Amino acid sequence: MSHEIDSEFGDLGLQELSAAALARCVELGVEHADVRVERNRSQHLRLRDGRPEGSSDGEDTGFAVRVVHDGSWGFAASVDLHPGEAVRVAEQAVAMARLSRPLSTERVELAPEPVYAGVTYVSSYEIDPTLVPEAEKAALLAQWSRDLLAADGVDHVDASVHAVKENTYYADTAGTSTTQQRVRIHPDITVVGIDADSGAFDTMRTIAPPTGRGWEYMAGSPSGADSGWDWAAELAELPELLRERLVAPSVEAGRYNLVIHPSNLWLTLHESVGHATELDRALGYEANYAGTSFATFDKLGSLRYGSDLMHVTGDRLVEHGLSTVGFDDEGVAAQRWDIISGGVLVGYQLDRNMASHKGFARSNGCAFADSAMHVPIQRMPNVSLQPVEGGPGVAELVQDAGDGLYVVGDKSWSIDMQRYNFQFTAQRFYRIRGGKLAGQVKDAAYQANTTDFWGSMAAVGGPATYLLAGAFNCGKGQPGQVAAVSHGAPAALFRGINVLNTVAEAGR
Amino acid sequence: MTATGSAGAAARPQELVERALSLSRTDGCLVLAEETSSTNLRWAGNTLTTNGEMRGRSLTVIATVAGATGTSSGVLSRSNVRLDEIEAVVRAAEAAAVAAEAAEDARPLVAGTGDDAHWADDPAVTTSAVFGAFAPALGAAFERARSQGRELFGFAEHDVSTTYLGSSAGLRLRHVQPGGRAEITGKSHARTRSTFVGQATTDFTDVDVDQLDAEVVRRLGWAARTIELAPGRYDTVLPPTAVADLMIYLYWSASAREAHDGRTVFSKPGGGTRVGERLSEVPVRLWSDPAAPGLDCSPFVLATASGPASSVFDNGLRLSPTDWVADGTLSALLQTRASAELTALPLTPAVDNLLLEVSGSTGSTDDLVAATPGRALLLTCLWYIREVDPQTLLLTGLTRDGVHVVEDGEVIGTATNFRFNESPVDLMGRIQAASDTQRCLPREWGDYFTRASMPALRVEGFNMSTVSPAS
Repeated sequence: MSHEIDSEFGDLGLQELSAAALARCVELGVEHADVRVERNRSQHLRLRDGRPEGSSDGEDTGFAVRVVHDGSWGFAASVDLHPGEAVRVAEQAVAMARLSRPLSTERVELAPEPVYAGVTYVSSYEIDPTLVPEAEKAALLAQWSRDLLAADGVDHVDASVHAVKENTYYADTAGTSTTQQRVRIHPDITVVGIDADSGAFDTMRTIAPPTGRGWEYMAGSPSGADSGWDWAAELAELPELLRERLVAPSVEAGRYNLVIHPSNLWLTLHESVGHATELDRALGYEANYAGTSFATFDKLGSLRYGSDLMHVTGDRLVEHGLSTVGFDDEGVAAQRWDIISGGVLVGYQLDRNMASHKGFARSNGCAFADSAMHVPIQRMPNVSLQPVEGGPGVAELVQDAGDGLYVVGDKSWSIDMQRYNFQFTAQRFYRIRGGKLAGQVKDAAYQANTTDFWGSMAAVGGPATYLLAGAFNCGKGQPGQVAAVSHGAPAALFRGINVLNTVAEAGR
Repeated sequence: MTATGSAGAAARPQELVERALSLSRTDGCLVLAEETSSTNLRWAGNTLTTNGEMRGRSLTVIATVAGATGTSSGVLSRSNVRLDEIEAVVRAAEAAAVAAEAAEDARPLVAGTGDDAHWADDPAVTTSAVFGAFAPALGAAFERARSQGRELFGFAEHDVSTTYLGSSAGLRLRHVQPGGRAEITGKSHARTRSTFVGQATTDFTDVDVDQLDAEVVRRLGWAARTIELAPGRYDTVLPPTAVADLMIYLYWSASAREAHDGRTVFSKPGGGTRVGERLSEVPVRLWSDPAAPGLDCSPFVLATASGPASSVFDNGLRLSPTDWVADGTLSALLQTRASAELTALPLTPAVDNLLLEVSGSTGSTDDLVAATPGRALLLTCLWYIREVDPQTLLLTGLTRDGVHVVEDGEVIGTATNFRFNESPVDLMGRIQAASDTQRCLPREWGDYFTRASMPALRVEGFNMSTVSPAS
């Protein structure tokens, strides 16, 4: 179903506001100026054991002016959407550029981009999730919670849903003006089991990914194909999965062949490839906060990132992707490109200034901010590991693993400041013996260095194993910004990965 | 801030609160109006990269409705609400409350205790002028760094938020919260050496760039000698910033409700909580105090959403100094009025600062290093801390920007970084020695939690699980 841009957003006086700000910027002698108006609607609802625990329904509206003046950036923002304030904010942005000038040694230059005048983009969804009444959302989650609480071994249920709608208007001194609307939704159900005598407890969470869809995602379907997920099937199996985990044997630390399901592999991809191939990190702009990257610019075209089977793309185009958009916050049209091909680093994520400085013909559209209050920085597109046409299914990968672990669902994650050393846990680890699944084990975490891990990738699943997963909460930048991003991956086999026992790690 | 009060233009926050309350038709209403302003500078490789000056305004309306099965709530937050838009926000919150099921945390609204003497005052505002002395000093530091082969990366931010809380039960409270920080990462020798210094501040008058820069130089110098170390358990000096990051995670994990439910490290097997249980033989005290000097924070509850350790119904509740751990014993957990009744424990809501001390400890971090016998490690800070196992509160993460080797009280070189796996609860029991308690900037959680005072701690056998090649 195609939607129109909300008329309430269009009624905010976007053109008048931007015209006033851009005209003042030109009067003040800028080389470039852009105005961005954002309205972000965010609703979060959480139930504990089927009863409301907390809810929020927020809407943030504001605008920002960003300028390049005498080779320096200047940025200012406000929530008062009227032309007089736009002029004041434009002047403040130029003042910030002047403050910056004596401290700046590198002149800002923007890579060229065609002009897109008066274009619109609306993401692919059926039912705007922010228009569904909170009571209707609560009723569905309460019903799911009651059903789960009735199952043996389930002591508590946490249920939540987070729904977002973003509207963005962008206009710049080159003549580009874009108006966009996107929605996304993230449901999350966790069951908790407790052994009252010993005090031991454990959890099992749904692996249904957040997605760039509307409320139709919650309806589900038996195949999961039409609306994206088979909720009935996943909720039905959660109690048994939890019961099995509670009594599962503790894993023996050591090296294992891992078959990793895309519900877990997406996060490893995010941390070890997605962030490592952000050019701003590689150049050091994030050194004080998110960190840098081992994949430095001098290694472009030569760094052996992983095995020959490794083909990773960046895109802002895939339907229902959380980072999918028409244009970024610098007026650059959405694209798709290779980041790793044949296991070799061949591309980065770019904004217009870095593209210009590093000799790229144009940016690939990865500059955006999380609100009007923040400056656009280089953020992540959908970064996905491509499946192999005709590649194996999960059963074949497990067979191929012989002796190892099958890893499903993300849980704990952590990686170092240059994206080498990571450690991940999972919703569930299954022991693989003799090429067959042999029940869950617990207390496992897998740990590796990035290029060792991807270099050990011995088999990549076919398209039937592919899943577009992701997160709402990717953090980066100072002041801190949060972004939603998707990662597609097939199941894959990795040989000889270090597995820790977390109880032993705790010294118990 | 401009404040005309006319329909269609920005109104004073007090006016927004009163208008919303006057429009309320349900059993109860709480209104929070917040005005924010912030300014920042960011730099990398000895040049400024981004900057900004921002102003924000938000209004949260919480409507409550008493029904047959209890009281429900509806919460709506909107930025920049005009006077002529308030009624729609109030009605939407009321409609949400009417449609909602009864809330478990519902309690009578906190009664007003008299007017806040500053209720009528305008919101406080910050601008880039706060960097008047800082920016030129930073420029001079860039020059020195360029001439001496260093690169500086970092961030400086100052923000002020002013919150006005009003309720149908008579509350009229105002709170001004300034905050700020200056952070510098220094790198040298083709970025093979790295260090970090950070300082929390409320107004930047106490930030001495030259002093921070001198500390960067001293620490980079420690890396002149590299020492190979294998993973393992090492006696380790955790500086205040690292102690803060670990203890803040413990604090965030201290919900009484969750403990009572049997799902945290503070749950007692068989039911109940571990309050009253000794966590450490060391006389360690972990506490919060809204009036702690230099760490002042809201002396009453401000909550725009309910959660495991907060309740919108508790808005305006007075906060007191609270010991979470006293003399090594778990003394209190984060409570709402509802969870305090459920757990039959004192009402001890969360306070937005955190302090730790080890009784009788004196001296600086340098003094603690100097008094360290044999071989130990000295960390710069921790990073990417995440929970691995809630049962033990096992956390994983990395050492960052330099792990230094101490021998007989002197730093003799720098080792590699490591991944650690450790529980802050267990660490409390393995404290060998401590420095005095000092204001610090939590490196990892500084985005959310800047008000902390911690000692440096030397702990026995810190678990450096695997090597991180990051430098």
